Amino acid sequence: MQAAASRWRQPSILPGFGLALGVTLTALCLIVLIPLAGLVLKAASIGPAEFIAIARSERTVAALRLSFGAAFLAALVNAIFGMLIAWVLVRYRFPGRRLVDAAVDLPFAMPTAVAGIALAAVYAPNGWVGSLLDPLGVKVAYTPLGVAVALVFIGLPFVVRTVQPVLEEIEPEVEEAAALLGAERLRTVFTVVLPAVFPALITGFVLAFARAVGEYGSVIFIAGNVPMVSEIAPLLIVIRLEQFDYAGAAVVGVLMLLASFLLILLLNLLHGGLRRRYGHV
Amino acid sequence: MSVAVTIEGVTKQFGAFAALRGVSLEVEPAELVALLGPSGSGKTTLLRVIAGLEEPDGGEVRFDDVEAHRLSLRDRRIGFVFQHYALFRHLSVADNIAYGLRARPRAERPSADEIRRRVGALLDLVQLVGLEKRFPGQLSGGQRQRVALARALAIEPRVLLLDEPFGALDARVRKDLRQWLRDVHRRTGHTTLFVTHDQDEALELADRVAVLNDGRIEQVGTPDDVYDHPETPFVCGFLGESNRLDVEVAGGQAFFNDKPIFAAPAHNARGVANLYVRPQDVRLVEPPNAHGLAGVVAAVRRHGAIRRAEVAVTGLARRLEVDLPSAVAPAVGETVGLKIIRATVFGSG
Repeated sequence: MQAAASRWRQPSILPGFGLALGVTLTALCLIVLIPLAGLVLKAASIGPAEFIAIARSERTVAALRLSFGAAFLAALVNAIFGMLIAWVLVRYRFPGRRLVDAAVDLPFAMPTAVAGIALAAVYAPNGWVGSLLDPLGVKVAYTPLGVAVALVFIGLPFVVRTVQPVLEEIEPEVEEAAALLGAERLRTVFTVVLPAVFPALITGFVLAFARAVGEYGSVIFIAGNVPMVSEIAPLLIVIRLEQFDYAGAAVVGVLMLLASFLLILLLNLLHGGLRRRYGHV
Repeated sequence: MSVAVTIEGVTKQFGAFAALRGVSLEVEPAELVALLGPSGSGKTTLLRVIAGLEEPDGGEVRFDDVEAHRLSLRDRRIGFVFQHYALFRHLSVADNIAYGLRARPRAERPSADEIRRRVGALLDLVQLVGLEKRFPGQLSGGQRQRVALARALAIEPRVLLLDEPFGALDARVRKDLRQWLRDVHRRTGHTTLFVTHDQDEALELADRVAVLNDGRIEQVGTPDDVYDHPETPFVCGFLGESNRLDVEVAGGQAFFNDKPIFAAPAHNARGVANLYVRPQDVRLVEPPNAHGLAGVVAAVRRHGAIRRAEVAVTGLARRLEVDLPSAVAPAVGETVGLKIIRATVFGSG
């Protein structure tokens, strides 16, 4: 009994482990695990043959490809621009800095539908930005590119807000040391600053990616929702539901669940490896 | 390879705070100089000005005959060791040390083999062979400090600057590293300036000590000079321990409460003065009858290797501290006479 207990709990004299773990598991089950299990059960109810048929249908594959591809692209763009924004906010003092800082959080706060409608209006061929791009032959609204634009919008704060505090904590001395050792500015940034924020950057990337994969509200207004072209997986699920095809919706849901889980697990492992290596100085 | 460093009238202002108020100092090639002072005295600012990390408001720094402000940070070739090491924590020990060599322009960059050889030699010098694959996070404070020094030495600096190099370490490690740094300096012969607020460190390590206070250099000299012949009241009070007595000087004699206590030939001026005397420069003698200094022993306590008596003297707010030879053991409450063997007198005002 003693041995079994010691395998489970952290040796601590303070009470509360049993209660805390109990509440945690209960909440996790009620809110996350049971609904997901229901989803998997529903998808499994149609049998393996039909499951695979739905999974491999062209429309499903195209929707999943667009959802994950656009989310990945958007997260990548966010990683770069978010990093830049965080850098500017941390390193420079300029009038209006606080306004910019606050504006970064707007995608968090706005109803996503509002964002989607606004983006669609601006990027439509007759919109402010769209009318400038149209002569160049670039169409944003109602194309896969539009999907990516919406996903960049909603994912931006994640990268900025995870990188910013880490960047703030980098001692200026480290950069001074690099400069005195003869490194020019660009080399210092790439060999000293970026590696230090890299774990945080990955976290921000994962968060932005995860958010983008599941995003629905803002995308459907700008995507145009043409099946096989600009139809995202979450929309496909809603369409199936509206056709009372619950099993079909569940299959797409399960596929998204699996893919997201694997990708995020992979990135977290990479992230954990980096943290172990750098340790804390 | 090492150069002379000349600092001339350097001033530096941070907002309303004057960190340096005209500092001049000459450091000879291969010399080891300590910048000693309390916090806020400007010693770190001075070091950063020499390194080029701060732009002085006035005055100039020269390396041999070259004005430093004409040189880029890279061309200054300064080896700088930060108080908190500032190691690159995502790089291994070996990569940290090699950083400066790899950062050179392609034409001057040594080959990979040459870099490996030099890193090996430096690891040997700082006694960290076998730890080259570790990351800074896996090292102790003393080891990190040695990596920081090896990294600074790798670029073959013309001047080595150390900011409180042992400030963040515990007493035991500090003592070992002090010895070792002296050794490294003797072997490599870099012109070296280091900042410290620890007088033992400065006196033990340095060829010369520059005592800073409030943005000015109070005195520059060998450790013996500054300790035995302080030129200003500040140096006297800051270095070592000393008792201060308000005295009146007349005819080459210092009087305390109208009693002659010390012959001060060097001090010709008449009038009110401050007399500084170190605990080891006072002897306990038979109580004098009317003349001379006397007091009552208030306490005797252990002070490291020696014993020290606190003597309450009438007219003196603080107790006079006196070091005791091992044979002398006054009782608490006993009245004793005090004889000052050596003291420094500064006119007050």
